[in-house]
Amino acid sequence: MSALADVVGRSSVIVCCGSGGVGKTTTAAALGLEAARTGRRVVVVTIDPARRLADALGLAGGLTGEPQQLPVEAGDGELWAMMLDAPAMFERVVRSNATDADQADRIVANAFYRNMATALSGTQEYMASEALYELHTDERFDLVVVDTPPSRNAIEFLEAPGVLARFLDHKAFKLMMLPTRTGLKMFSAATQPMLRLIGKVVGSDVLSDAVAFFQAFAGMEVGFRERADAVATLLRAPDTEFVLVTSPQHDALVEAAWFADQLTSRGYGVSTTVVNRVHPRFGVGTVADARTRADKAAASGREQLAATWANLADLRAVADLERAEVDDLLGHTGSPVVEVPLLPTDVHDLDSLAHIGRHLFTDG
Amino acid sequence: MSDGDVETNSNPLGITSNLVVVAGKGGVGKTTVTAVLARAAADAGRRVLVIELDGKPTLDEWLPDVEVRHISAASSLEEYLLEHGFGRIAKRLTKTGVIEVIGTAAPGIDDLVVLGKIKQLERSGEWDLIVVDGPAAGHAVTFLTTPAGLRNAVSGGPVGEQADDVLAMLADPMRCSIVLVTLPESTPVNELLETADAIRTRVGAELGPVVVNRVDDGPVPPDPDEVDVGRATVQVDDARAAAAFRRARLDEQAAEIGRVDEAFGDAVRLPWRRVARLTVDDIAALAATPESETPA
Repeated sequence: MSALADVVGRSSVIVCCGSGGVGKTTTAAALGLEAARTGRRVVVVTIDPARRLADALGLAGGLTGEPQQLPVEAGDGELWAMMLDAPAMFERVVRSNATDADQADRIVANAFYRNMATALSGTQEYMASEALYELHTDERFDLVVVDTPPSRNAIEFLEAPGVLARFLDHKAFKLMMLPTRTGLKMFSAATQPMLRLIGKVVGSDVLSDAVAFFQAFAGMEVGFRERADAVATLLRAPDTEFVLVTSPQHDALVEAAWFADQLTSRGYGVSTTVVNRVHPRFGVGTVADARTRADKAAASGREQLAATWANLADLRAVADLERAEVDDLLGHTGSPVVEVPLLPTDVHDLDSLAHIGRHLFTDG
Repeated sequence: MSDGDVETNSNPLGITSNLVVVAGKGGVGKTTVTAVLARAAADAGRRVLVIELDGKPTLDEWLPDVEVRHISAASSLEEYLLEHGFGRIAKRLTKTGVIEVIGTAAPGIDDLVVLGKIKQLERSGEWDLIVVDGPAAGHAVTFLTTPAGLRNAVSGGPVGEQADDVLAMLADPMRCSIVLVTLPESTPVNELLETADAIRTRVGAELGPVVVNRVDDGPVPPDPDEVDVGRATVQVDDARAAAAFRRARLDEQAAEIGRVDEAFGDAVRLPWRRVARLTVDDIAALAATPESETPA
């Protein structure tokens, strides 16, 4: 059994990580499809605001914030897919932690909260980890495959559960909480140099929204911290697997190697690295072989034949270069590497996904 | 190359604005295009500044004789605060990460201070061309729509003025244009079309030339069914399979470049350098012939 077949067969969470544009979404879809084929009930969740997962799954109507079952031939298995709706997810988290509906309403109506739900750096990653946790505890599914957000710093996803907790620990937050704690009014907060500064820069309306938000949040920090701990524990669970996705391009490989090191040093470990779109090698012969034949054909005046051999030499040289880069940059990580060859045409639908699946799940 | 391109040397890719923001989805080669543009302009004797937003050292390596500035939201905010009379507290605030709270209170203010800094450099008149290695496509639109969004949220004050100034710069085609980068593959081209649409309708900025990066410039191998390859051996089968593969990829590439050309006129092609990693020399070679690639 290939390493990845083992992963989709036994894990309950698979996190696909990697930089943008390397085929992470397609890989997540292929993993989900294979797991469903082996009888598992799988949900694939994407954070990508683009329609790529829907495209990859051949889903014309697009994805929604609720899991939708896909019409695939999967025997006893099921394949579901959804797209993360971060603001809706955030509201659900707030409501489940609020002491009463009033507190939840006050928070959700606050302008600062709305900014945070839509624009705070790390919110998407944070909500992705929440969705992962929610789906993991959902009885309909026995495997959750997460396609993590393309982020400049892919490690954000792992730190995501703590984002809000850290934010709440922030000095500015404590200052804004001060008025409620000491019973003083808003105006005392405005005498704090830091808040005065924020007010001058962004305007006093914006500042009072922020103060109102932090005050409304009082009492909810504990629930948020506990949840963050639970999500962090799930990410470290033995049946949670990290699949690293990359292309054979230098920059993507450098980032993948860095990410593998980060995962390892934090005690997660990469179960498999998928290198997408690797140039096929076309046989075991060498570049020099093909060049010699091209030269011979050219010398005997057979131009077309020479061009055919020269092309083989070119493509083998590219494939060899890519493999050398992969070995050079990923060799030290020790995780098994699975190569998916570049196809003659681009991947669009379930048939092509199955094709990728064949490369992912058979021993090369 | 047409005769009308004689000015290409002084204005690489025919760009006439002072500021160029290079944008595109992750992995398409924005940094390569940034370096090629800067190289071509510097070689033509223009005073060039390159602005980099991710803290990556690649551009310093590729452009050893061109000034490269690394601008971050934190450093721009600190500078902004200093200029607005918060000298003593500014450094401490940016160090304690207050920018995260400010950025949440007024989303996009981090992008705005970066754009404000770029605008200040553009206004200084010290450079003939400023090339910005922009954020990835999804973020590029957010980055560029920030000033419009903030102007509505924050009326007046230093932030409002800053937003107005930046908007004026983005809307003026003589001052600013956006160069979008893509690969000759279907998903990147789909994203290119979406991003271009968003920039036209939501940013109102001028789109400069579109660059198709890593174009396989051939040669096209002959059709394996029409070549007499002699006695069939394992190697011969490999050669035939390789020819069929390359021909299919080149067809796909031509179709995707066709979509780009149809949407934007003739896109600029940067040929695929078959190396593991681009070097200073590759950038120089690409800069010397940015317009020379004709469709296959």
